[in-house]
Amino acid sequence: MHNMLPLIYEAIDELNETLDEPIETSDSTQLFGSKSKLDSMGLVSLIVTVERLIEEKYDKTVTLASEKAFSRSSSPFRTVQTLSEYISELLAKEN
Amino acid sequence: MMDPQITLITGTRKGIGKYLVEHYIKRGHIVVGCSREVPDWTIQGYKHYEADVSDEKAVFQIFSGIRKEYGRLDNLINNAGIASMNHTILTPLSSVHSVLNTNVVGTFLFCREAAKLMQKNKYGRIVNFATVATPLKLEGEALYAASKAAIVTLTQILAREFADLGITVNAVGPTPIKTDLIRGVPQAKMDSLLSRQAIREYGTFEDVSNVIDFYLMPESRFVTGQVIYLGGVC
Repeated sequence: MHNMLPLIYEAIDELNETLDEPIETSDSTQLFGSKSKLDSMGLVSLIVTVERLIEEKYDKTVTLASEKAFSRSSSPFRTVQTLSEYISELLAKEN
Repeated sequence: MMDPQITLITGTRKGIGKYLVEHYIKRGHIVVGCSREVPDWTIQGYKHYEADVSDEKAVFQIFSGIRKEYGRLDNLINNAGIASMNHTILTPLSSVHSVLNTNVVGTFLFCREAAKLMQKNKYGRIVNFATVATPLKLEGEALYAASKAAIVTLTQILAREFADLGITVNAVGPTPIKTDLIRGVPQAKMDSLLSRQAIREYGTFEDVSNVIDFYLMPESRFVTGQVIYLGGVC
């Protein structure tokens, strides 16, 4: 099982360069929902950056925004930690 | 812009797609293209992928290749398209699927993946292909015109969704041009169609690239969500 937290932190660092209000690089950072500091375009940019970094580091093309992801009762985009677990799950299925 | 522009064109094996490859190579772009079958030509500065535009995995491969080789994409021209010219009663379901897959699904996938790549540089130009068959409400082209109507809506909404990313999305709506797309359409039908244009002539490839050139200009940053129909159709 890959630990995806460093990769997500790297994506957040990249994203923070473009944000007026940077978000924290922590596993508990809220990415989605009322407690998130990210607006919808911020979340889109983060997802795209994470997808790109996965491709660069693991040579795998994954689509994070899938119907499965959206249909879960609890969104995998809630926090950095849940996103990390979701990506690990996707990569494990790829193998 | 000092570096050569990176331009991706779909449906490049023949017709206007092939012409657009030559046109943008002449203008100093690095051109990447795709078609379902391998073209019987090559040109320096052009890289080809064999891909069905509605096959998500194949589309991923193209964008992955562009990302690895050039690190960015400046322009996307969604030229790939197929027509189905037939009375609706005589149109098989397989035609419905193939027209919608190539024209709508293909355009959607390329726009989505292009935006992911373009957003990094906060710059991009996307040009989609509409058709005069949509505003002219041409009988016998219900499926084709409807698929292109979807592209008009897609263009207008993506223009808004991608605006903050520095990406413009526009469309060009050509009149009939003498290509394979209209081969087999009776002459009387073509004459009647041309008579409904303000300028009653066949279009040329140059007429189409002229509009695309305008959309691709960096100076056209404030032009988005527009559909320019040729021949005076509106």
